[in-house]
Amino acid sequence: MTSTLPVQPDSTDSSEIESTENHGHAAEEHGDFRMFGLATFLVADAMTFAGFFAAYLTFKAVNPLPSGAIYELELPLPILNTVLLLVSSATFHKAGQAIRNSDHARCRRWLLITASLGIAFLISQMVEYFTLPFGLTDNLYASTFFAVTGFHGLHVTLGAVMTLIVWWQARETGGRVTAQNHFPLEAAELYWHFVDGIWVVLFVILYLL
Amino acid sequence: MTVTLPPNSTAPAPKLQPTGWLRYFSFSVDHKVIGLQYLVCGFVFYLIGGALAGAIRTELASPVADFMARDVYNQVLTLHGTVMIFLWIVPVVNGAFGNYLIPFYVGARDMAFPRLNAVAFWLIPPAGLMLVASYFITGAAQSGWTAYPPLSITTPATGQIIWIVSVLLLGGSSIFGGINFIATILKLRRPGLKLMQMPMYCWAMLGTSILVVASTPVLAGTLVLLSFDIVAHTGFFNPSLGGNVVVYQHLFWFYSHPAVYIMVLPAFGLVSEILPIHARKPLFGYVTMVYSIMAIVVLGLIVWAHHMFTSGTPPWMRLFFTIATAFIAVPTGIKFFNWLATLWGGKISLNSAVLFSCGFIVNFVLGGITGVALAQVPFDIHVHDTYFVVAHFHYIVFGGSVFVIFASIYHWYPKFTGRMLNEDLGRFHCALTFIGFNFCFGPQHWLGLNGMPRRVAEYDPQFTLINQISSVGALLMAISTLPFLWNVIHSAFYGKVAGDNPWNALTPEWLTSSPPPVENWVGEAPLVKEPYAYGVPIDEIDLSATSGRDLWSSGK
Repeated sequence: MTSTLPVQPDSTDSSEIESTENHGHAAEEHGDFRMFGLATFLVADAMTFAGFFAAYLTFKAVNPLPSGAIYELELPLPILNTVLLLVSSATFHKAGQAIRNSDHARCRRWLLITASLGIAFLISQMVEYFTLPFGLTDNLYASTFFAVTGFHGLHVTLGAVMTLIVWWQARETGGRVTAQNHFPLEAAELYWHFVDGIWVVLFVILYLL
Repeated sequence: MTVTLPPNSTAPAPKLQPTGWLRYFSFSVDHKVIGLQYLVCGFVFYLIGGALAGAIRTELASPVADFMARDVYNQVLTLHGTVMIFLWIVPVVNGAFGNYLIPFYVGARDMAFPRLNAVAFWLIPPAGLMLVASYFITGAAQSGWTAYPPLSITTPATGQIIWIVSVLLLGGSSIFGGINFIATILKLRRPGLKLMQMPMYCWAMLGTSILVVASTPVLAGTLVLLSFDIVAHTGFFNPSLGGNVVVYQHLFWFYSHPAVYIMVLPAFGLVSEILPIHARKPLFGYVTMVYSIMAIVVLGLIVWAHHMFTSGTPPWMRLFFTIATAFIAVPTGIKFFNWLATLWGGKISLNSAVLFSCGFIVNFVLGGITGVALAQVPFDIHVHDTYFVVAHFHYIVFGGSVFVIFASIYHWYPKFTGRMLNEDLGRFHCALTFIGFNFCFGPQHWLGLNGMPRRVAEYDPQFTLINQISSVGALLMAISTLPFLWNVIHSAFYGKVAGDNPWNALTPEWLTSSPPPVENWVGEAPLVKEPYAYGVPIDEIDLSATSGRDLWSSGK
């Protein structure tokens, strides 16, 4: 993941220059490491999931399901969800390619498809929630299932909102996302790939193991 | 991709930022302002936490609960632990000195993400106020700073939830700070400054920030699950609903053991800055220091279960975590001997900063020895949850971190304010703190070995005398704060003018004016390749070489 170019003083994007000047920094003094910061944050975010997964696996190892408790998961919907998210990662990548070629219309189309796939994922997840044979407080596994998938669902929601914001920012005239300066798109893309990657791990641990 | 300013250009004046004293109450993005905000805010909470400690020691001066009710005592000790850890030591050794010093040390004009930095600070006052206010509104949490279930599930819920929200905010602040430090140290270094040329505090903060980023999110996730247990009646950690309390302990200590290093690693770094300057000798064993810090970071992440030897941990786990913990003594010992070797044969000026640093070395080695003892299962099982543990970790966090915070305040106060502190008052403060501290916590080893449990308002009358000695020590520590407070307030207005570099130091923060200008330097940042090149006569220095010492001498 390459970082975006630093803001040049002769850039047409005046709002960006102004915000840089407000730091009191000379605009050219150092590079742009917002992507580095985001990646570090995603490491922290991944550790939250790691904690949840560790808790779930430990529960599984030492706390047997009490007799009479129901904890069963069906596979078809989660497999559909996995496909939706993996495809959406690809579509976001296409949007990134388009903006680098200054093709705003194409970029926005791919972004819209990505966001739609994300929202489709959320709807599908809701359908799964309401058709499951157990509820949040039924047993330990049920609670953990809802906590982990719910936390991931929050990430998907946030990612979809960010994708829509980038979709708005990538408009042809007056938008801040351009071929030269597309940090918002790049950041949302990295975040989206991260959320998809977490889903794959989640899918393996919760549904397949 | 980095372009430096031409040497003759002056930094543009920042817009939209208040100046004067008002900026300390603003959403300032200047790292020096934020550093001092952390420091003063942290010190206010130190006074609150100290008052709570005073209440605890007053209660324990007699064996019955006569000063306050037992559930009030539980609230007070919970608040004391939480305030001291999350609102005083962690924000001050990381946030305050880190924000103030790290940009200087890497030759930058500010932190990598200045606005994120301000956000990280401004999460702290509301979280702290909320935590303290919970005592007056609904009653504070009663389950100690560890918030172990099922205790935290069965004690009054409102206080516990406020505690969780407050710790989550503080954890978020800590993570934002950690991201900022990692980006600043790795990405914002002045061109030409190699990693192995950075002052030691940079390494300490890099290691600490790795721990923060890797472990704090786990605590956050765990506390969210705990809050579900409390408000939504799920059963993650509730045995009566089929949950598993030991999982909470594992997740909690996965953060909270590294939290010990989050509190002492920066202190190690600060001491490593202070000692060479005042001993006029290079820091002994720079490379071993760096590897020790990184070894502590790695080992610190895999020793957490030594807090849980009495929680039914299986034998293999006891064996593994005992050995891993014992290993930490090796890098820590390396650092300890490096400090001694730095002082050895030096021309030491015994000012307050050095005296506090030496106090730190003495206290920390005592706390370290009891720490190694506690890592041994046969011993730990006997003293677990007794006052021996209380004595041990106070030797680490107070005798270690807080002594270093005071040493650092004495050392960097001239840079913060442009004025010197009164040395006589400083030495008096140091002596009183050292005596009071050892009177307070030294006898608690004996109490613990003889079986006095911690976290209780009432105890067996046979422990009365030793508890009273401990309480007198606490009183001395409280009194020792007074000369310090007078000193920092009075000296800010009437202290001797310090000049740019009163200690004749070589590290970059001393190569600018006191207090430093906005953006740290007028013109280009200096490139200090040898921050510890002390002991060389000035006329022997090759002025054509680009290193820290000739910058210092040419700046004279």
